[in-house]
Amino acid sequence: MNQHKTKELKAVNVISNELLTDDVHYISVDKPFDFKAGQVIAVAMQPTDEPRLYSIASGISKKHLSILFDVKPEGELTPPLSVVKPGDTIYISEPFGKFLCLDSPATWIATGTGIAPFISLVESKQANNVNLLHGARTLDKFFFQDYLEEQLGNNYQRFCTTEASEKTTEGRLTSYLKNSENLPTNNKYYLCGSSQMVIDVREILIAKGVAFDNIIAEIYF
Amino acid sequence: MSKEALYGKTLSELKACVKDLGLPAFTSKQIADWLYKKHVTTIDDMTNLSKKARIQLNEKYEVGLMPPQSFQESVDGTKKYLYQTNNNQFIEAAYLPEENRNTLCISSQVGCKMGCLFCMTARQGFQKNLTSNEILNQIASLPERDTLTNVVYMGMGEPMDNIENVLKSLEIITAEWGYAWSPRRINVSTIGVIPAMRRFIEESEAHLAISLHSPFNEERKQLMPIENVYTAEKLVEALHDYDFGRQRRISFEYIMFKGVNDSAQHVKGLLQLLNGIKCRINLIHFHPIPNSPLEGSDYKTMEFFRDKLSQKGITTTIRKSRGEDIYAACGLLSTKKLLKENSDTDY
Ligand SMILES: Cc1cc2nc3c(=O)[nH]c(=O)nc-3n(C[C@H](O)[C@H](O)[C@H](O)COP(=O)(O)OP(=O)(O)OC[C@H]3O[C@@H](n4cnc5c(N)ncnc54)[C@H](O)[C@@H]3O)c2cc1C
Ligand code: SF4
Repeated sequence: MNQHKTKELKAVNVISNELLTDDVHYISVDKPFDFKAGQVIAVAMQPTDEPRLYSIASGISKKHLSILFDVKPEGELTPPLSVVKPGDTIYISEPFGKFLCLDSPATWIATGTGIAPFISLVESKQANNVNLLHGARTLDKFFFQDYLEEQLGNNYQRFCTTEASEKTTEGRLTSYLKNSENLPTNNKYYLCGSSQMVIDVREILIAKGVAFDNIIAEIYF
Repeated sequence: MSKEALYGKTLSELKACVKDLGLPAFTSKQIADWLYKKHVTTIDDMTNLSKKARIQLNEKYEVGLMPPQSFQESVDGTKKYLYQTNNNQFIEAAYLPEENRNTLCISSQVGCKMGCLFCMTARQGFQKNLTSNEILNQIASLPERDTLTNVVYMGMGEPMDNIENVLKSLEIITAEWGYAWSPRRINVSTIGVIPAMRRFIEESEAHLAISLHSPFNEERKQLMPIENVYTAEKLVEALHDYDFGRQRRISFEYIMFKGVNDSAQHVKGLLQLLNGIKCRINLIHFHPIPNSPLEGSDYKTMEFFRDKLSQKGITTTIRKSRGEDIYAACGLLSTKKLLKENSDTDY
């Protein structure tokens, strides 16, 4: 029946497909729409496929629109999406969503590819008075770290669970939050990533005295 | 479970199984009958099938029903059943007997990904989507099965996040060759995953219950992360695309949190948001969960809220709370204590 197809998808030209680390890609396409930093788009290989959602991972003034994703080997979309080449066509929806992270002072917390909307916000020059905390399993998973470091300086902290380096804190982001003596309880907290991360971090923040209405989360369900 | 379950297969899937085994086509209808009308528990019980057919079926398949592991009973008669899934995880279903109806509240997932702030299931994270077999087993293996008048998909999980299996189970419950229930006996809840909700509206006739909990974007985002992606506004916009007819019901579930979403301002907001949608609103008393920053509104406030909405023409009821003492009430289902710790995370 499907007379009301979920979202009108638009054909766009692939500009580049960059492999950032083993299974994580950064794909740029033509930008047919304006958007707000923090928004998502639906993406599909064919206009009739059931699309998947991705945070836009590029700044609002950039010439192209980009997404950051990891390949799920058994997944429907990400394996074919990971092999697109410049000149190929993929299908995207108009941008939508309200994870706009407008309030500050704020703490932004991401794990894995959940860093994507924050990259867009930083590139869009909307990162005043924020602290960005990023958790990852290995050192190669701090995507765009040089750029983020350059833009945010000490307000950018990396937490790596399995490897150590000078620039990262060893251990879990959640342990850091749990052990932190002076978490700013009046900050807005914007969380983005897996459902489990959001639940765990939110629980810790609330136990630390952050009001629930200061915590906003985008879940990659 | 090493053999494949027959229970939970649609008629067209049964046809394919039967064809695969080289059995006569009409066997599929006979099997459906044994499964969904007589609820047999073994293939050998399907006595009008030829012996050869039963032997062949037994080699590859089993009926696949599993009785609940245990239950708890509330002082109000509500019973909470614990079922094991095929991969040894656990789900709960709540049986709510009333004077004129007996309702079973079933789960659609082990855990949930949606992270609603007020929900116990959210706290256990997501483990897996239930198969149609596991969804229906909650009904079929219920000791009170034959007394059931209604089924609601309001247990653990977000039904629209497992839309394939939920639709399959609905087909089996409502098809002539299945339970042959009227879809009006079934109510499926959602927090508003819009694309899957559209599929549900288009492919099923069952009632729809939407968890709203706030008419305001900023506030709903604090309670329900989904609001960042699929806003209540867009959700209502999507509903306007459909004609629900006279029989099909849309309801909005509204848990009332003290000092959060229970003001006159919220009544106004709801009226504005739902303008023109033929619906009813169910107000639900919040059952506090451990370490929750939220509290339930008192009954006086709830009555005020109900009256204000009713005066404006929206049928509004306060849902009776059931099974609170055994954690069987709305938003309290969880099998977290039965989960194995997962240490493999990136944060
Ligand atoms: C708001 C939002 C924003 C998002 N933003 C991003 C983002 O910026 N970057 C990003 O990487 N992701 C993002 N996601 C997740 C993304 O939408 C996809 O879910 C993800 O990329 C997987 O898509 P897929 O089609 O490859 O896998 P799917 O086919 O959707 O499968 C998902 C998972 O289920 C498993 N699976 C599939 N089929 C089966 C089966 N039959 N049985 C058992 N398991 C199965 C797969 O192995 C896979 O792990 C976002 C999600 C949401 C909701
Ligand atoms: S309320 Fe429903 S959708 Fe939200 S977390 Fe609980 S089970 Fe999931």
